[in-house]
Amino acid sequence: MRRVYVNEEWCLGCHLCEYYCAFAATNGTDMARALRDTKINARIKIEENDQISFAVSCRHCTEPYCVKGCLTGALTIADGIILIDREKCIGCYTCILSCPYGAISPSEDGAVQKCELCARTAGEAPMCVKGCPNEAIVFEERG
Amino acid sequence: MEKGSHQHHQQEGHHQESRHDGQQQESHQQENYRQCSQAPMEGLGLMGTPMPYSDATTAHGGLRIPSGCAISGIIDRTGKRMSGERIIQSISVMHDRSNGLGGGFAAYGIYPEYKEFYAFHIFYNNLSAKRECEEFLEAHFDIINLSKIPTRKVKTITDEPLIWRYFVEPLQTKLADSQLNEREFVMRCSFKINTSIQGAYIFSSGKDMGVFKAIGFPEDVGRFYKLEEYKGYSFTAHGRYPTNTPGWWGGAHPFALLDFSVVHNGEISSYDANRRTIEMYGYKCTLLTDTEVITYIIDYLHRRKGLNGYEIAAVIAAPFWQTIERMPREEREKHEYLRNVFASLLITGPFSILVGFEGGLMALNDRLKLRSMVVGEKGSMVYMASEEAAIRVIEPDLDKVWSPRGGEPVIVGLDGGESEWL
Amino acid sequence: MAVNYLYPEYEVARNYDRCIACRVCERQCANEVHEYLPDANKMTCDDSKCVNCHRCVSLCPTRALKIVRSGNTYKENANWSRKTIDELYKQAGTGGVLLSSMGNPEDYPVYFDKLLLNASQVTNPSIDPLREPMETTVFLGAKPQDIRRDNFGRLLTDIPPHLKLSMPVMFSAMSYGSISYNAHESLARASEALGIFYNTGEGGLHEDFYKYGKNTIVQVASGRFGVHKDYLNSGAAIEIKMGQGAKPGIGGHLPGHKIVGDVSRTRMIPEGSDAISPAPHHDIYSIEDLRQLVFSLKEASNYTKPVIVKIAAVHNVSAIASGIARSGADIVAIDGFRGGTGAAPTRIRDNVGIPVELALASVDKQLRDEGIRDNVSIVVGGGIRSSADVIKAVALGADCVYIGTAALMALGCHLCRSCHGGKCNWGIATQVPKLTKRLNPNIGFKRLVNLMTAWQHEIKEMMGGMGINSIESLKGNRLMLRGVGLNEKELEILGVKYAGE
Repeated sequence: MRRVYVNEEWCLGCHLCEYYCAFAATNGTDMARALRDTKINARIKIEENDQISFAVSCRHCTEPYCVKGCLTGALTIADGIILIDREKCIGCYTCILSCPYGAISPSEDGAVQKCELCARTAGEAPMCVKGCPNEAIVFEERG
Repeated sequence: MEKGSHQHHQQEGHHQESRHDGQQQESHQQENYRQCSQAPMEGLGLMGTPMPYSDATTAHGGLRIPSGCAISGIIDRTGKRMSGERIIQSISVMHDRSNGLGGGFAAYGIYPEYKEFYAFHIFYNNLSAKRECEEFLEAHFDIINLSKIPTRKVKTITDEPLIWRYFVEPLQTKLADSQLNEREFVMRCSFKINTSIQGAYIFSSGKDMGVFKAIGFPEDVGRFYKLEEYKGYSFTAHGRYPTNTPGWWGGAHPFALLDFSVVHNGEISSYDANRRTIEMYGYKCTLLTDTEVITYIIDYLHRRKGLNGYEIAAVIAAPFWQTIERMPREEREKHEYLRNVFASLLITGPFSILVGFEGGLMALNDRLKLRSMVVGEKGSMVYMASEEAAIRVIEPDLDKVWSPRGGEPVIVGLDGGESEWL
Repeated sequence: MAVNYLYPEYEVARNYDRCIACRVCERQCANEVHEYLPDANKMTCDDSKCVNCHRCVSLCPTRALKIVRSGNTYKENANWSRKTIDELYKQAGTGGVLLSSMGNPEDYPVYFDKLLLNASQVTNPSIDPLREPMETTVFLGAKPQDIRRDNFGRLLTDIPPHLKLSMPVMFSAMSYGSISYNAHESLARASEALGIFYNTGEGGLHEDFYKYGKNTIVQVASGRFGVHKDYLNSGAAIEIKMGQGAKPGIGGHLPGHKIVGDVSRTRMIPEGSDAISPAPHHDIYSIEDLRQLVFSLKEASNYTKPVIVKIAAVHNVSAIASGIARSGADIVAIDGFRGGTGAAPTRIRDNVGIPVELALASVDKQLRDEGIRDNVSIVVGGGIRSSADVIKAVALGADCVYIGTAALMALGCHLCRSCHGGKCNWGIATQVPKLTKRLNPNIGFKRLVNLMTAWQHEIKEMMGGMGINSIESLKGNRLMLRGVGLNEKELEILGVKYAGE
């Protein structure tokens, strides 16, 4: 299965992935209109200090703690992608506590949010990958 | 002793010279006639000095003349001599491939009685050019025999220059002084005449062979020169279709250098790359025709570099790299070597050529075969022509007929003969 | 505070309707032009620091930015242009020699743009490169003088050392130090993928790149930085750099702040020390000295590598090239005044040297006139911008071209001409780790391969149009060129006819 991988060697810490991620979530067609005067809350986040930076998002683990721990069955695995059913999510944050990568976060509407590989782009590279200027985030099959 | 023999032959020559005096007058009359009826043509100067074409002058003068053409060749591998009639018949079939602006023949084995001597065929514009040229010849050669080349009046052939033939042998003292080998000496002398004596042009300089060419359709040129009266073991012929009007007899084919001659159909796109390279090796391209350049390249590769016909083909019509890569190692290395070392002598663009040489004939197409060329065999005879029809007309019943592939040379030598070309 | 007479040359024009304050411009500008105002949640900028490198413009996700020429104007006249005035003020303010980067930007004739190519019509068919083989392979090196055969009459096929290229383009010398590790890796990998060569420049060869040796030309210049036996033997050819088109007659100076870490080790000089290449080679004061160096290098490499001598195109270039062709060198490289540099005194860059087209034409002619054109191959650089320039250079007589600026542009260079500042926002002409990582060689090498592949296609198309199916038939084929807008003398030097002739 193709997944999002991060090559921290090439991450510039430009944060563009966050903006593309946030833009993807709006379902808009123009980033300026979609994101102007908003504060974004992206599903991918740059971790950085002076020396190093890299993007973090859901690893779509094969045996995920988050799915195991979900009280309501809101988190499921379909074709290797961990999806969230926002109707079922009760906002208990068990998943946030159990995710070893910190890849799940609260959202404005009470449900949790996480990377769902831009499920709507159907097989194409997710927006964060497309928006990365230096191929630091890639979408590929690895052994 | 040497001097004596010189005198003796000179006398013989005088005899011949007077025999043709009448004919000379004829042609003079003809020239006058032209001048009356076609006054505007007068300035063309049929034997105009070949234009120099060095880098320094490209920007100003020198017009290159592309042309399409018909070619034909015959050889009898047994060395038996045949009349020139057949080659005239063959080339005349391809009348439509020429436009009357040039035709000619090369004939091998036609001067057996003088085969030890270089046969110079020379065009003169006027008598003063002839005088000047003969002075030069006498200073450098023993003239064994000289005469007008016999011609007959043909309605379509006009404006002929004075056409003379000399059988010569280099003066030993001059040859020794020059520190050149004999063939190089002869070649340089003929270059010298062609570039420095205005109105004189040597168009044939080999032994036991001769070139006959003129402005006109080739079959008319054949009749004009009475080619049917010559007997040779091999002939080539050329009908010209220049896309520009040159109006100069020297520009017709074949183009010859010492004993080898080239007839060519095509227009090469590598012309200036080839010209500038071959000029670096001491050749002077004065005619601005593709054929001249091809001839010099072949001369350079064969005479100066010692390549045989197959190797020459591998240079000028080299196989493509993708073909070379598939060859066995030794072949591959040879071809890569030839393409590397002689890169600038690769000829691109359409051509088919026939190379006549002492004891043989070679046919070659460009690497993409963008010009037609057919080869036929019947017994000891081999025919090569632009069109099969030109072969069938003289030999309807062929043992074998095929169309050689691009870049694949067909080289035919005389039986039992050894040639550096093979 | 003293009055600053200079007014910014460029202005950053921000469309606030489109700006989402993502701050990528701020994060990506090493010149610190952009700044985020948290209270207003707004971006602002200081135009005076902008070098117009377009990093922010290219990365802005909403296309909210553009750089415009400042509308502010001096009282210019035909004699005193803005550039001249600015330069004067700068010098009056600092007392220093003006420094610039990249090639001569002044309005001198570009002869490539005044030469037009031929195409076949009727008498000679054009060739379709999609249907027929179209060959661009070239060999660089001296041609053997004599044809030799063994006892069986077979040709002996050993020839002097030479380079074989898939197309007549190479990446010209740019040192590790003047450009980044990642730029070098991109060039090296692209050369390997393409079957061409890149050139180390005078900075030695990083140990990681020895594996690309068969596609590497190693350079020996007047500072001898990074030169040792293994280095000389690691590449496919050795280039002696006598001069550079951007700054003929002067040496080089890589400031100490770029001599860090691996750069210092590769150059074999202490960290932080300035790397100063003398103007001349101090062991070459004449042509016979050059010959000695040529043969020293051949000796050191056991006569297995061709030696290139690179010179700047200067007034008597043809006589110099003729001397080089007789010096034992296998290839002569001529660098025109449009050729780039990481840093050069502005006055030198803008006023010294001659156009490479004229230099090439006269060198090719001179070597042919002297009958020594086969002794050397000719490579030209300094101003090759497109496949059409390549074709025209070959038709004028070049065996191959060098591209430097064009290659860097494929890697992101936007010709801001600020290399000497060492803060290249594209990660090319810098050694700052945060900046160099911006050039990912995985992307860089692909872009170089793309560029060359595109050029090769175009070269084939143009050759096919001329009825030529192998590049060697184009070399020196000046009948394939016609001039427009040139005077008699220019035509004579170029050896071409006027259009219509």
